[in-house]
Amino acid sequence: MKVEAKMLLMLGVFFGIMCAVYWKWSLEDAGGVMMFAGMLLCLLPGSYYYWWSRRMKERPEDSKTASQAEGAGFVGTFPGSSIFPFVLGVGAFFVVLSLVFGIWMLIPGLGLAFWAFIGGTSEGRRGGSH
Amino acid sequence: MTDALLTTHETSDHGHEGHDDHHGPSGLLKWLTTTDHKIIGLSYTVTAVVLFVIGGLFAEIIRLQLASPNGTLVSLAQYNELFTMHGSVMIYLFVGPFAFGALANIIVPIQIGAPDMAFPRLNALSYWLYLGGAITMLSGFFTAGGAANFGWVGYAPLSSSLNTPGAGADLWIGGLLLTGFSAIFTGVNLCATVFYLRAPGMTMFRMPIFTWNLLVTAILILLAFPVLTAGLIMLYADRHFGTHIFTNSGGGVPVLWQNIFWFWGHPEVYILALPFFGMVTEVIAVFSKKPVFGYKGMIFATLTIAALSLGVWAHHMFTTGTVLLPFFSIMSLLIAVPTGIKMFNWIGTMWRGQVWFSTAMLMSLGFLFTFLIGGLTGIYLASPPLDFMTHDTYFVVAHFHSVVMALVLGAMAGLYYWGPKVTGYLLNEKLGKAQFWTLFIGTQVFTFPLYLLGLYGMPRRMALYPLDPQWKTLNDVSTAGALLIGISTILFVVNIGYSWKKYPAGDNPWDAQTLEWFTTSPPPHHNFYRLPQIRSERPTWDYNHPEHTSLAHGKHEETKA
Repeated sequence: MKVEAKMLLMLGVFFGIMCAVYWKWSLEDAGGVMMFAGMLLCLLPGSYYYWWSRRMKERPEDSKTASQAEGAGFVGTFPGSSIFPFVLGVGAFFVVLSLVFGIWMLIPGLGLAFWAFIGGTSEGRRGGSH
Repeated sequence: MTDALLTTHETSDHGHEGHDDHHGPSGLLKWLTTTDHKIIGLSYTVTAVVLFVIGGLFAEIIRLQLASPNGTLVSLAQYNELFTMHGSVMIYLFVGPFAFGALANIIVPIQIGAPDMAFPRLNALSYWLYLGGAITMLSGFFTAGGAANFGWVGYAPLSSSLNTPGAGADLWIGGLLLTGFSAIFTGVNLCATVFYLRAPGMTMFRMPIFTWNLLVTAILILLAFPVLTAGLIMLYADRHFGTHIFTNSGGGVPVLWQNIFWFWGHPEVYILALPFFGMVTEVIAVFSKKPVFGYKGMIFATLTIAALSLGVWAHHMFTTGTVLLPFFSIMSLLIAVPTGIKMFNWIGTMWRGQVWFSTAMLMSLGFLFTFLIGGLTGIYLASPPLDFMTHDTYFVVAHFHSVVMALVLGAMAGLYYWGPKVTGYLLNEKLGKAQFWTLFIGTQVFTFPLYLLGLYGMPRRMALYPLDPQWKTLNDVSTAGALLIGISTILFVVNIGYSWKKYPAGDNPWDAQTLEWFTTSPPPHHNFYRLPQIRSERPTWDYNHPEHTSLAHGKHEETKA
């Protein structure tokens, strides 16, 4: 976890320096704001990972000498198949088409998306039960 | 039916046991409901290659139109649609999704010993959004006003509702929104997979370079794509809700669109390039029978390219007169340094290796040559005086076509190298080599005349040009090159048909190094029946060649003849 954290933090610090130099030198706001946001986007998860990396035990995937047996155990649930990504995808497709062909297309679009939210969430709750 | 789908769940125990006896739907329903990263990746691959052919057909029509100074193959309006959609299809729908959607989806989880992507259903959603986006964007051709016709960059104020009315432009925006979200979700998925699903012993500095590059690509996606999405929403608001963000009339700033677009657009170039850098790194190492030369230097270079790429966007806007020239020039020139590190590392990997000139290796060498030309001309363009001379001429077109054609060569290297892992069958090498030579020679014949045309001042995006015999000859040569590239694509399709289930590959046809070659071809449902000990960045090689195990980074062994 430490390497991941350091990588993000270093990127964030670099973006911060670049942002400061650019903003001070160019006095142009759009790019400065975007670089500043880029810095935050690296510092935020980076510091979160760093905070955790100091508090958790070394994971097998961070150990240079781990054996495969150390990774045994519950990793997570992986749904074998699910129709809801497709349903949500079609819903999003209709929502975007409503931007072009008329607001009525939001009805099937949001309907499908709503069905997918409900279905996907309840599917996730039941996940890994077997 | 739905209930059956709802309850189809599996747990995984990190892939120690096989889950080949996977009970799920079959046929079309299997494709619609799958969350298996390999099937999603294969769908991505097929869709992207189909879109590559569509975009390539647009390119051939453009080149045939330019074969004579006053060509009449297409009308001026159709020409505008064609070059817009050629660029859009190739950049948004082919190279990008192929880079981080297709092979990445299949290979990254297997390379780090994971049973699947971290968020399998999100992964499936990414694919459906991408497919929906592609259909949306291309459906512009079937509307009354035709497809979008303001160039693939959609510059304001040309893209305003006054200058480009009609559904085609809106469909372009909508399609981009969908593919943009698809890319963001893929980025999230790749980051989470690499951070949380590595096999024991697979430390960050033992991950294959391909996976490293995809991780950095994913971070860049998360930094860049939201900016594009925001920009597109602003553009749509300008077009339909009466805002004036990008119009002078209401106090807006048209050049803001360029800032936003290129703040996504230049990192996007590296989002496209880095995965292919990773592919050729793997291919060159495997077919030279050597570990990657300068492994950590390679990672450092990748991270440096990513870091610098956020500060170079305005080198596309030098001639607007509103940007800080020295800053962007310095940052752009600096990118040559990590890219150079990569170049020398690739050569260093081949140095004194046993080079096997398979199709994948030839494609990678073609990548090195073509990318070098594209990269070097990029250094010219990073210099404002030269950029002022060549901006919006064919020199720029030639520069980025050298770059992206190098990526096409890299994509082909990836397909020939990893295709057997995905399908279980090799492709024909003779046809593959014929494809390589037509593609490689075609690329050079296609781009070199464009460099000269650019230096003679031929502007881009023009359907007609002055009756100058020199310009005509150069354009004809370029068209011939484009046709050669077309022939190479036909050869690829022929090769797939000819080799269909003909040459069984076995688990490890290339004597390769990384984990994906440890499992079966094609891999079982959750990828692995067993995993080897991971003690270096090439665990499969260590397992197969215990007498030549990898040494720690920086250590050297006497080379054996």
